[in-house]
Amino acid sequence: MSDITLNTAAANVPEAVRRAPPVATTGLVAWARMNLFSNWVSTAVTLALGYLVIRWTIGFIDWAFLNAIWSVPSVNGQSQTQACREIKGVGACWAVITEKHRFILFGTYPYEEHWRPLLVCILFVGLYIVSAMRRFWTWHLIPIWAVTLTVIGILMWGGSGVLGWMVESWTGRVLVLLLLAILVGVATGRLHPALLTPHAMFATMILGAQLGLPFVPQERWGGLPITLILSTFGLAFAFPLAILVALGRRSRLPAIKTLCVLYVELIRGVPLISLLFMASVMFPLFLPEGMNIDKLLRAQVAITLFAGAYLAEVVRAGLQTLPRGQYEAADALGLSYWNKTGLIILPQALRLVIPPLVNTFIGFFKDTSLVLIIGIFDLLTAGKTSIVEPAWQGFGIEVYVFVGALYLVFCFAMSKYSQDLERELNQHRRR
Amino acid sequence: MGETIETEARFASAVRADAPPAIVLEGVNKWFGALHVLRDVNLSVANGERVVVCGPSGSGKSTLIRCINRLEQHQEGKIMVDGIELSDDLRSLDAIRREVGMVFQSFNLFPHLTILENCTLAPIWVRRMPKKDAEDLAMEYLTRVRIPEQAKKYPGQLSGGQQQRVAIARALCMKPKIMLFDEPTSALDPEMIKEVLDTMVMLAETGMTMICVTHEMGFARQVADRVVFMDRGEIVESGEPEALFSDPKTDRLKLFLSQILRGH
Repeated sequence: MSDITLNTAAANVPEAVRRAPPVATTGLVAWARMNLFSNWVSTAVTLALGYLVIRWTIGFIDWAFLNAIWSVPSVNGQSQTQACREIKGVGACWAVITEKHRFILFGTYPYEEHWRPLLVCILFVGLYIVSAMRRFWTWHLIPIWAVTLTVIGILMWGGSGVLGWMVESWTGRVLVLLLLAILVGVATGRLHPALLTPHAMFATMILGAQLGLPFVPQERWGGLPITLILSTFGLAFAFPLAILVALGRRSRLPAIKTLCVLYVELIRGVPLISLLFMASVMFPLFLPEGMNIDKLLRAQVAITLFAGAYLAEVVRAGLQTLPRGQYEAADALGLSYWNKTGLIILPQALRLVIPPLVNTFIGFFKDTSLVLIIGIFDLLTAGKTSIVEPAWQGFGIEVYVFVGALYLVFCFAMSKYSQDLERELNQHRRR
Repeated sequence: MGETIETEARFASAVRADAPPAIVLEGVNKWFGALHVLRDVNLSVANGERVVVCGPSGSGKSTLIRCINRLEQHQEGKIMVDGIELSDDLRSLDAIRREVGMVFQSFNLFPHLTILENCTLAPIWVRRMPKKDAEDLAMEYLTRVRIPEQAKKYPGQLSGGQQQRVAIARALCMKPKIMLFDEPTSALDPEMIKEVLDTMVMLAETGMTMICVTHEMGFARQVADRVVFMDRGEIVESGEPEALFSDPKTDRLKLFLSQILRGH
């Protein structure tokens, strides 16, 4: 049997001559005539807007480049900013960035150790790039993330005596035995090599301790690394959490369903700021005397829980869109719940919600700046603090343009990547 | 459409009466809310028997076969499939679903997977078959439904008739003992109905136990050992296709047949 070309009756009829489209409807000139100058109103609007755009662009170039001051002299460690003050409003004073960029990027981290947070930022970007490549979408990503994040921890804190702890304390010895058992299991082929991830992490820690990096307490961390740490950990944990919560909300088991609904509604009903306040002020009151979980971790947990609730609703929207037939077909084939969810439902549901997912990701990347209210020095706070010094007061625009540009680079990269991903993953929907 | 099939000779029944029945329904009742959709349904399908279920829309025929692999749950009565009783026990449900293949009106192929992946998914994950073997098996069945050259395409790139044949191949890859068809040709354009029916006839020739909900009376005449007529949730009449169609006993079947025939 031939495949569906039953309408062969027309085969002998000579085909109508194919004509090219009329010339006047294609090309740049025709496009402009059609869209910009089709009548006198649109011509007027085009000219008026064109004038404004050109004027503004020229003005910006004048301010940002031609009249700008890039550095100022310094006397006895005091920056002499008179030149900047004279051209205020006419030209940008990029000298504030030249002078303060290291403080904006790394906050109060010890000055001579700045290479460490810089390396951390580079590692984060490298991690993003590797994770973005579909070639690496295998179990290898798990050890890659674990080891990179361990390295980041070592760099930020400095080395720690994990080796001593492993040999001297009982918990450490039990852990070593456990790790050895897993090693044997993997070596004999009984366990998956991904289970060697903790080994790699501990090996990294032991090697990292050999570097002898001085310890830097968390209170001194700041700037871009804080923003990247909060958003990366926040979203990396929030996303799987969101998937589980979204599935739980559709569960037929009433306890699980109620729990998930409560979680989403309670967290969503509260502003992130109040959640951060709760994490920083109220939470320690519930802890036993002397026990203290550090502030950054508490903020991290608050952000993760908050993002989780939002992402869960996005994921649920995707689950909702799938036709019931997909569930039934998977059931009829005898697939188990987790196979059905992992192979049929989630791959389709998540593809459908890539745009709102990335929307939420970008939103939370920027929302991490709210941690300033509990006194954590993220990128934006560091920028704000850098102009507190009397010499530099009043140069907020330049600093905020700089900080804004940094945020833009990350957010635009996310947005661009999501467009490519969407195109690539939704190939099956094209004919 | 129907005529081409009717002119072909009916082939011998593959019913194995000595073996235990493949499906037994005893006093099955089901409600959707207050709506009584299945009323005291009793039906026994022998191994290798081919049953066509027909009836007006809303008569409960789809619900009936969807109860057999528990896409719907019956509330009263007993359903035995391949000697296993359907219950809330998940293990017996898995066992049954492995043996029962289903083809849907709306195909329900997985749009994000290629044709080949659609067919190998369940053998790999449910039957734990090595990937290579599953692919060989899938190609064998795709060849049998005459679309091996489409294996690398996505469902959205195929015509409705082709998609439905893939759906049949996908179900067959699980090597089921029983196949359920839920109006497999109702969503198809007329010129594609034949290619799907041909595939089903071919399947019937292999001696597969089949239950088909369909309005294709030509198909029923050619392959069915028995036709079951349902109306308002109950089995009104059943019997061999020729006898049933030429000599309907009840007014309801007479009315239904006259409507079907007028439609053709």
